[in-house]
Amino acid sequence: MRGRPHLHTSYSADQALMPTTTKKVALAIFLVLAALAPIASSIPIYPDFLGNNDWMKLLSHVAIFGIGALGINLLTGVAGQVSLGHAFFMGLGAYVGVVFGAPAGDLWGWGLPMWIWLPMAGIIPAAIGLLVGPAAVRVRGLYLAFATLGLVFIGEWAWRNLKFITGGSFAGRRFPEFQLRMWKEEEPLVDFASDGVWLGFEISEEAKVYLLMLGLLVVATVLAKNLQRTRAGRAFQAIRDRDIAAEIMGVNEFKYKLMAFGISSAYAGVAGALFASFVGRQIPETWDLFLSVEFIAIILIGGAGTVSGALMGSAFVILLPRLVQDFTEWLSNVIADGEGLLASVADAVISVSPDDFGVVNILPGAGPGLSVFQLNQVLFGLLVILFMIFEPLGLYGIWLRIRNYWKGWPFTY
Amino acid sequence: MSTATRPSALLEVRDISLSFRGLVALEGVSFHVTEGELFSIIGPNGAGKTSIFNCINQVYRPQEGSILWKGDSLMGLKPNQTAERGIARTFQNIALFAHMTVMDNILSGRHIRMNHGWLAGMLWWGRAKQEELENRHKVEEIIHFLEIERWRKHPVGLLPYGIQKRVELGRALAMDPELLLLDEPVAGMNLEETEDMARFILDIQDELGITTILVEHDMSLVMDIADRVMVLDFGRKIAEGLPEEVQTNADVIRAYLGTTGDASMQEFG
Ligand SMILES: Nc1ncnc2c1ncn2[C@@H]1O[C@H](COP(=O)(O)OP(=O)(O)O)[C@@H](O)[C@H]1O
Ligand SMILES: [Mg+2]
Repeated sequence: MRGRPHLHTSYSADQALMPTTTKKVALAIFLVLAALAPIASSIPIYPDFLGNNDWMKLLSHVAIFGIGALGINLLTGVAGQVSLGHAFFMGLGAYVGVVFGAPAGDLWGWGLPMWIWLPMAGIIPAAIGLLVGPAAVRVRGLYLAFATLGLVFIGEWAWRNLKFITGGSFAGRRFPEFQLRMWKEEEPLVDFASDGVWLGFEISEEAKVYLLMLGLLVVATVLAKNLQRTRAGRAFQAIRDRDIAAEIMGVNEFKYKLMAFGISSAYAGVAGALFASFVGRQIPETWDLFLSVEFIAIILIGGAGTVSGALMGSAFVILLPRLVQDFTEWLSNVIADGEGLLASVADAVISVSPDDFGVVNILPGAGPGLSVFQLNQVLFGLLVILFMIFEPLGLYGIWLRIRNYWKGWPFTY
Repeated sequence: MSTATRPSALLEVRDISLSFRGLVALEGVSFHVTEGELFSIIGPNGAGKTSIFNCINQVYRPQEGSILWKGDSLMGLKPNQTAERGIARTFQNIALFAHMTVMDNILSGRHIRMNHGWLAGMLWWGRAKQEELENRHKVEEIIHFLEIERWRKHPVGLLPYGIQKRVELGRALAMDPELLLLDEPVAGMNLEETEDMARFILDIQDELGITTILVEHDMSLVMDIADRVMVLDFGRKIAEGLPEEVQTNADVIRAYLGTTGDASMQEFG
């Protein structure tokens, strides 16, 4: 096509998932890089960068939380229904997954393959969501938050007591491994749960799991994005922005709120099952209120209502603690060298011995100050507050600004 | 005559009364609207004009009376079902979906004219893809009609007031309605914007032939373009007829001069 590069000559081009070529190319590059991340450890400059198994785990964690965040974003960000019940549906998904997927033993388990247990971990929470939903979606605003809060407590109580499924407090239970089988046969077709060789490359278990999670995240993202740009997604947003006007335009408010609740629960269930299997062993206390709040924070930081916001928020919230930790470690190394301006600044920030004052102490029990864990919590809280005050669109908003800046470059004004 | 359904009446409101915990908003109001007509409801602030629209949409449920749509009662329906019957509306205080683009706002007016479900949408598959593209085409016609091409992709919350009013009209038109309820479409507009809006309302009449009920504060506009006018005061109908008849009605003049401090009303007296 000649002429103006941004002029769309058909509605299908204009309504496409990725409307501009720039976007398509950027996305393709990003996906290729993401898929190649496992080999990044062979880059000599910084052997620890991305490719090591630690990082593979972190990125898998990001992807799994990304799937969960897409779910809460749909309900809270797109349809405007603030729910604190996400942790309940994640737990439900995890236990559905384990009952379907774990081998029979002391605890319930049917040993079915992943292509059954993973979808079930979405379908059954969605069904339960539709069952309890009518009570929840009739109430509005904060009341909905309280109603769904109740779900989390009921869930925690149930998980502790359903010992034949969950293994009970303290012990918990092992969750099914990531293996693709046709049926229950011994040898998996694809085994993500052990190191191996793929296409002639040696690949670690962590890298395999990461690639699987990346693939699932891509699928979950495309589905969420499609939903948001079609009829049901617009109905969700209409209810969020103006519920009565939405009804007068013909949107059945009850039906669409319930639908958002159900689909969001399916995303939560799948994310919960993946998370449980990814960690390997989980106790009932995992699915607590803090987990729900963490997801609300993810979409607030990322920018509620947008798919990319949910993903950026997940990356940010999962990676931040690790970056803070690496950074404090690096600072303490600087102190150890003991030279230059940087060292004296770092010295004020970090305490390395009981009589040394610092905002953060890296040795347990060393001096006053916060532990790295506490520092992370404080930063996390501060960030949520700052985003709510200064950038309601979250990271997505910041990204928009940067993009608009460069769009007009060099004529920026 | 007043109790029998007129054969040509599209909408027939009979003796509706509405009160909120003792506060009477409407008292025994009756009127009818025939097909193709531009019917106008005027009256001072708080007279009950918006309440009538809310009764037609079944947002409010009048305690007494009935509302007939092509001879069938609307009473007891949910608001979204009145939309499905073919009734569209704009609001006195703009009620657009502020975080959505102009395009998506108008597309949401097409909600009742589409059928695909969430799953087809998620998969961008079959019916979903086809319907989305077809309706996109329809929306483009409306955007062209209302001359808002340049704002197509803007979130509506950021647009000037007059443009937002136009987008809201577009969203209602997108529903392909048989009856259009316009609640003070030119309130708060300057002269130029008012003239543009008047032109659109007349075009809707002439080109699209959509029956319209126009609730207005701005008397000059109503007197210029309405076919028939009903005047409300304190929830009661005090006059009905052709614009020139109503204009010279003693009760109407008294009602308007009796209200305080509203310039557009004073003008009329
Ligand atoms: N939801 C409501 N609750 C209580 N009173 C209301 C409500 N809606 C309208 N009213 C009252 O009904 C009367 C008519 O209001 P309205 O229909 O908005 O008048 P208009 O549109 O003619 O200015 C007013 O006295 C108003 O206070
Ligand atoms: Mg009003």
